[in-house]
Amino acid sequence: MEEVGTRRARLEQTALAPVLKTSRRYYVWVAFLIAVIAWGVYAYSVQLREGLVVTGMRDRISWGLYITTFVFFIGISHAGTLISAILRVTQAKWRTPVTRMAEFITVVALICGAMFVLVDLGRPDRAFNVVLHGRWQSPIIWDLVSITTYLTASIVYLGLPMVPDLALFRDRLVGRGPAWRVWVYRVGAVGWQGGASQKRSLGAAIGVMMILIIPIAVSVHTVVSWIFAMTLRAPWDSTIFGAFFVAGAIYSGIAMLIIVMAVLRKVYHLEEYITEKHFVYLGFMLAAFSLIMMYGNISEYVTAGYKLKEGEEVHLRQLFLNQFAGFFWYYFVGGLVLPGLIILFPWTRNIAGIVVAAGLAVVAMWVERYFIVVAGLRVPLMPYEPSNYAPTWVELSVVAAGFALFALLITIFVKIFPIIAVWEVAEDLELAEASPADGHIALEGAMQPAGGSQ
Amino acid sequence: MSRNSDRQQPPVTRPGPSPSHTVGRRGVMRLLGFGAVALSPLGILPPILRATVGRGPIHSRGEFARAPNGRIRQWVMMIDLRFCDGCQKAQKPPLCTTACLEGHYAPEPMEWIQVFEGDLAGGGSQFIPTPCQHCQNAPCNNVCPVGATFATPEGTILIDQDRCIGCRICMAACPYDRRFFNWGKAPVPPESLLAHYGPEHQVPVKKGTVMKCDFCPDMARAGALPYCAQGCPNHAIYFGDLEEDLAANGKDVVAVSRFLAQNHAYRLNEHLGTKPRVYYIPGHGEAVGRDVFTKGRLPTRWPWIERIKGARTWKR
Repeated sequence: MEEVGTRRARLEQTALAPVLKTSRRYYVWVAFLIAVIAWGVYAYSVQLREGLVVTGMRDRISWGLYITTFVFFIGISHAGTLISAILRVTQAKWRTPVTRMAEFITVVALICGAMFVLVDLGRPDRAFNVVLHGRWQSPIIWDLVSITTYLTASIVYLGLPMVPDLALFRDRLVGRGPAWRVWVYRVGAVGWQGGASQKRSLGAAIGVMMILIIPIAVSVHTVVSWIFAMTLRAPWDSTIFGAFFVAGAIYSGIAMLIIVMAVLRKVYHLEEYITEKHFVYLGFMLAAFSLIMMYGNISEYVTAGYKLKEGEEVHLRQLFLNQFAGFFWYYFVGGLVLPGLIILFPWTRNIAGIVVAAGLAVVAMWVERYFIVVAGLRVPLMPYEPSNYAPTWVELSVVAAGFALFALLITIFVKIFPIIAVWEVAEDLELAEASPADGHIALEGAMQPAGGSQ
Repeated sequence: MSRNSDRQQPPVTRPGPSPSHTVGRRGVMRLLGFGAVALSPLGILPPILRATVGRGPIHSRGEFARAPNGRIRQWVMMIDLRFCDGCQKAQKPPLCTTACLEGHYAPEPMEWIQVFEGDLAGGGSQFIPTPCQHCQNAPCNNVCPVGATFATPEGTILIDQDRCIGCRICMAACPYDRRFFNWGKAPVPPESLLAHYGPEHQVPVKKGTVMKCDFCPDMARAGALPYCAQGCPNHAIYFGDLEEDLAANGKDVVAVSRFLAQNHAYRLNEHLGTKPRVYYIPGHGEAVGRDVFTKGRLPTRWPWIERIKGARTWKR
């Protein structure tokens, strides 16, 4: 077995590499993303000038791509914090190399998601009214409160376990990086020296946060679904919406985590730390949630379709047979069943297969949000012909810019902050060394996040 | 980390009281608790902000109307479908809609009172003029995040277009499709721009906000019927006050309770529990000689052609 010292040195080197070296391809990628965002900003400026008339939304289908993408990104945000918190709480030993990325995704996705609410407003200049005149009766205010709480908690939960790594970067980069960067690390490391009492405090803080973050994350997607479920529209008038949206959020979150993990692993050569095992374990979680999603869908559509109340027939017809059939069946077969099967079969259960499954799932969850929003609004309420919705170039551009922003923020984060939790991985190495007979990474000791038994 | 070794404190081996600057789990919880308590005064910020930078509470323009018994009037509308032929006989677009559009300068394609043609259970059709239902359990009012939609003591549901942020959740919530959004800069006659705006008189239009029928309480207080009731050639639309139990259609005055009870009145989608203030007397224009199988009405026209600069129309 290799000596711990050299493995640890290599770990630090790998973690520091993105910060120290920047390839030309990186700049090309960033320039591309900025170009997409700039185009989106231009499209939004047109929308600001002309009004929402430049979108495909109208009185009868009054929400479209923006709200779809908002719900999608809020869902993606469950990647991180919830998954990493669940893994921490259950003390899943393999989690250490992936939690940091998951937490990145959460913060970035929340920022992008919140942006789409603003973009969707008819009067963004009056957005501050929700603070001035906010009413607790409105689901939008529930959203505002729970999303800002979640964002704050996620930033704390991202920052806390990063403290020792920022201290490491601070110590290693003195004199090697620009001054602002060292300053960022010094501030972020809040005087971390790695003493036992500091470790105890950190473990305690992480322990509290990881418990706290779970109900917050669940509340977020529940109230997002209540924007729809608090209306009298037949397709949305469902008690399952809250739970179902939370499940969908975690499902898309896991999938997005797998994709980001695969990309960063490739680009920054993290093969030693992010192994096939991590993909397989996350793949199992993905498969489990695809089953929950299927169950939720079947439960929802069978109970509605059996009775065919007013509005349900139109809705189920457009979903299963007509306008939205392509979307729906892609979502159900391509986005739920197929990823599950890919992970089920041993001969496709490898990194490539799992990344494909995750890609299918991410696209499917966006599509699902699209037909929940648009098909839900399309069902006529009065005797009129159902209207139709087609997004315009403005909406497509702004949505593209949103995804570009998501990628850009992750790209920049990766350049500044350690992408893997060096101290946690290093600790695993040391513990593995200390008890080689065990073969597994033991999780006893002072740095165990839960603070050990007291 | 060699740097750390000289600073390292003696390892804590025993459970129990923590060293002075160690924060345990309880400590973190306590900190969080104190933090929450410390943040709680933030709740008084919005009122302070409202008092300093916000506009005051919204008022309707006039004093609330009172019935002779001193109580606030409760506006109500009754639409007698036996007298509605969708203006087939007049060979015009529905005149209630036209009158409303002319009175409010509502831009295309808004029809604050819209004449839907519904199928009858046994074949044939009926025309259903549909204004905002002014629900007493209004879904739109419940969901508005900023109180731009509000209920008045007169039982009307109004919108303050100076406060509306254009999130459109009220449009998702309305089960009657009675809310309209100003998607762009709307074409309206120039004289509308001179009007004195108020939630009871939503003129001129404001881009990026929601509009709908306001029940014309300002007209009622002045002793006039709403535009739609005035416009109906068959006097199918009654407007009145539940408190005084009187309603008028421009020809007759009726006792609301007796009229509703004797003519099998119903409300739209009663099962939703929205408790509308608009009542319907079932029918299909038979009282004005409409044949139940003569379908179709003329499409609504927006009367003005003058367009303010940069205006554009949109479809619903």
